[in-house]
Amino acid sequence: MSAATVTLEVARYRPEREASPCFEAYEVPLRNDWTVLDALNHIKDTADGSLSFRWSCRMGVCGSCGMKVNGEPKLTCGTFLSDCLPGPIRVEPLDYFPVIRDLVVDITDFMKKLRKVKPWIIRKQEKPTSQGEYLQTPDQLDAYKPFSMCINCLLCYSACPIYGLEPSFIGPAALALAQRYNQDSRDEGSAERLGIVSEHDGIWQCTFVGECSKVCPKNVDPAGAIQQYKLTVAARWFRSLLLPKGAH
Amino acid sequence: MSEPVHYTPFHPRWHRKRVSVWWWLKKGSYALFVLRELTSVFVALLALLCLWQVRAVMQGPVAYVELLAWMRTPFFLGLNAVSLLFVLFHAVTWFNLAPKAMVVRVRGKRVPDWAVAGSNYLAWVVLSAAVAFLLMRA
Amino acid sequence: MELLSCDVLVVGGGGAGLRAAIAAVEADPSQSVAVISKVYPMRSHTVSAEGGAAAVIKGADSLDDHAYDTISGGDWLSDQDAVEAFVREAPQEMVRVEHWGCPWSRDPDGHIAVRPFGGMKVERTWFAADKTGFHMLHALFQTSLKYEGIRRFDECFVTGLLVDDGRCQGVVAIEIATGKVLAIAAKAVILCTGGCGKVFPFTTNANIKNGDGMALAYRAGAPLKDMEFVQYHPTGLPFTGILITEAARSEGGWLLNKDGYRYLQDYDLGKPEHRPVLRSMELGPRDRLSQAFVKEQEKGRTFSGPYGDYVHLDVRHLGANVIDKKIPFVRELCLKYQNIDPVREMIPVRPVVHYMMGGISTDIHGATPLPGLYAAGEAACVSINGANRLGSNSLTELLVFGARAGRSAVAFAAGQKLPGPALGALAHDEEVRLHGTFRRSRGGERVATLRAEMQKATEESAGIYRSEGLLKKGAETLGKLQERFSHLSLEDQSYTFNTELTAAQELSFMLDVAEAIVHSALARRESRGSHQRTDYPARDDEKFLRHSLAFRSASGPPRIEYLPVTITRWPPGRRVYGKSA
Repeated sequence: MSAATVTLEVARYRPEREASPCFEAYEVPLRNDWTVLDALNHIKDTADGSLSFRWSCRMGVCGSCGMKVNGEPKLTCGTFLSDCLPGPIRVEPLDYFPVIRDLVVDITDFMKKLRKVKPWIIRKQEKPTSQGEYLQTPDQLDAYKPFSMCINCLLCYSACPIYGLEPSFIGPAALALAQRYNQDSRDEGSAERLGIVSEHDGIWQCTFVGECSKVCPKNVDPAGAIQQYKLTVAARWFRSLLLPKGAH
Repeated sequence: MSEPVHYTPFHPRWHRKRVSVWWWLKKGSYALFVLRELTSVFVALLALLCLWQVRAVMQGPVAYVELLAWMRTPFFLGLNAVSLLFVLFHAVTWFNLAPKAMVVRVRGKRVPDWAVAGSNYLAWVVLSAAVAFLLMRA
Repeated sequence: MELLSCDVLVVGGGGAGLRAAIAAVEADPSQSVAVISKVYPMRSHTVSAEGGAAAVIKGADSLDDHAYDTISGGDWLSDQDAVEAFVREAPQEMVRVEHWGCPWSRDPDGHIAVRPFGGMKVERTWFAADKTGFHMLHALFQTSLKYEGIRRFDECFVTGLLVDDGRCQGVVAIEIATGKVLAIAAKAVILCTGGCGKVFPFTTNANIKNGDGMALAYRAGAPLKDMEFVQYHPTGLPFTGILITEAARSEGGWLLNKDGYRYLQDYDLGKPEHRPVLRSMELGPRDRLSQAFVKEQEKGRTFSGPYGDYVHLDVRHLGANVIDKKIPFVRELCLKYQNIDPVREMIPVRPVVHYMMGGISTDIHGATPLPGLYAAGEAACVSINGANRLGSNSLTELLVFGARAGRSAVAFAAGQKLPGPALGALAHDEEVRLHGTFRRSRGGERVATLRAEMQKATEESAGIYRSEGLLKKGAETLGKLQERFSHLSLEDQSYTFNTELTAAQELSFMLDVAEAIVHSALARRESRGSHQRTDYPARDDEKFLRHSLAFRSASGPPRIEYLPVTITRWPPGRRVYGKSA
């Protein structure tokens, strides 16, 4: 009796020989502890060495292996083949990013936006390290902790229709990271980030579709981060209106 | 492989898929999102209707009776029914999403989502009951 | 081919690389610093580290205690001057990364919290829940973004170092997305490319840990130090090799064999208590725990599974609250990758290769014997970890020696002129070599086949227990695989994001590194720390209290030389665990 197999329909794009992407089907052993990533590696090792895809840690923390599996953005290292049945299983690159090759997308746009929101501790006056750590209670840590869990896998960008329709949108992960620093009790840079994120392509472009939080594998809740950010910015604006001289 | 393949160095040609204008039909949650956004139209409609009623009252009993007759027509009843459904949908989605935006902390711990949403629903029911009571009495 | 230049070039964008780049640009803002990495920096393997990073901050602790724990843990092969510098600079480096935003877990009063860790007499391991490496890497990466002076070459694969005039003067790299060859001239190069776990079949390491920098330095003439010391982590998941952090044991987990017995008590590691006791039982050092597993395996007291033998790690008695608060990632990993809930079931674990104590030989300033070439992090061997690394010393090592290497490189570069035109010719030679190696079909060998055979050879010859016969056999197999590599043909001849080519280059590096490991192990005829020889079971301080240095020879096996260990204040003693030490 032959062992169980499943068909994978994998998107291929070899710019040097074809004008646009196509699909190729591969037969892969169906083992109950194999993930989609294991299947892709099996294809690369035995069937077609020219299949290109990114992966590294295979434990859901490096964020390299984000792809669309059966139309949903997923980390392929944490998606079991047995959960995607019945076949054929469709594997495609993430949406809304230019495809470089096969399942590899160009994330330069995200890297630019990441830098744009100033994701670092901003302080007027730095304490010298000889004086020890900044104090931060466990409750203060909880205030920003979920937002600090982002692995930059970009599944949220692939799920966000706004990013698809308006590529200049700063996007869920970058905005959540900005909020992570705003909420960090050690940071004093929220005013500086405000100017950047309240531009047209920032938080106000988000219409709370909410798909980003649904696909996030780390429960960062970028949608929540952005809505909270909107409330903070709106409150600050009202305060400046009512108390123009003593807003802070 | 049928034709000979010719590889040239440094031949970057990234592929950008165009986003279809029907993107929102591709997923159930996207369609629901668009419907949710459409509720704003019906909320605006009901607000306009309210203003219209006020205007009719200001114009006198005749104008008011005329307006009421118009509102009893099948078209208007249908429109109002649809508006009611959309507004209810609006309220439900709004209350369910409120805890995401409103982070309330009591003694350092975050108040759970169901409590924030639940208190909104409760306030809604109480206020609606109060308004209904006033209207029924009159 | 594109010709570029900078003053200081950091190869590798992980914890050590980013720290070195920041240190370089802060030490001398007038110098141009670049970081080149084959992956985006946030994908570097630092991201998977879980347990914590050690540094002395609590009152009951002392630098001498940290130093002694490290030196005795390293079975006295650590250079004590390096260890003294390390423990002294560790606290400030850790506070610095806290200032940069790293969300360390805290005590209720707001101070940094510490937890116990294997081999440490006093609690001194700082932690960020159980994702310390992730938080440290992201804090470092995001902080590096604020320096305009740091230029990045993301997804560029360094294939060779450019050595001219007895000095390292730059690198040649492939821009993976386009296949374009870049030649980057630099006054100083810092290798921070991490370890080489993928040389072995079962490893906690990511796919990108192929010993790239080690092979680059080796081929440029720099020696590899102490390559025989490979650390096995006693608790990894079978099949995937995913790490179950030491923290699961420091919070109170138990290791049980087939009979449900806490077998470590049979191996001179103390008495089983209900609460964890430092340096005893499950909190003993990693090499002793891995060796205990092999002995249990020989006695037939381990479970047999489809991917090899294993034992059980039991954390059920900790309760769901403690597990979700202190080791939530462990629960997440078990559920997602083995479909097991540690709150209710026992976790199957086995020793897996985790860390490479050996690496590119450097001094305490991060400089290799080749002028202009520096190294830091797991790729380097200073050595502070000696024959066995204590858990939570590695993350701190990235910061301390990353910073040191950055500063040293900048000081060196300040006194150098940019390389001359001869470099262009060398770069061209490397481009021709690349073309010749990968773009001409010369046989039928496949990357995957050679890689699997290499991993089988290293596991069988240079595993937890070694012997002369098996090591010689392994050396022979690796020699044959090197030869077969020259008959490699690649299916993928494209230029755009060709990952088969990068995999082939990684395999080439791994073969060199594997040979260095096996031959260094063959030459060391004693047992010390993680290097255990069944034919030489005792430690031999008279002949082997020295570091082994592997130099590449033009053909055939590497040449092994020795370097004495620097002893300052702690004369060699016995490693004692489980008793009041």
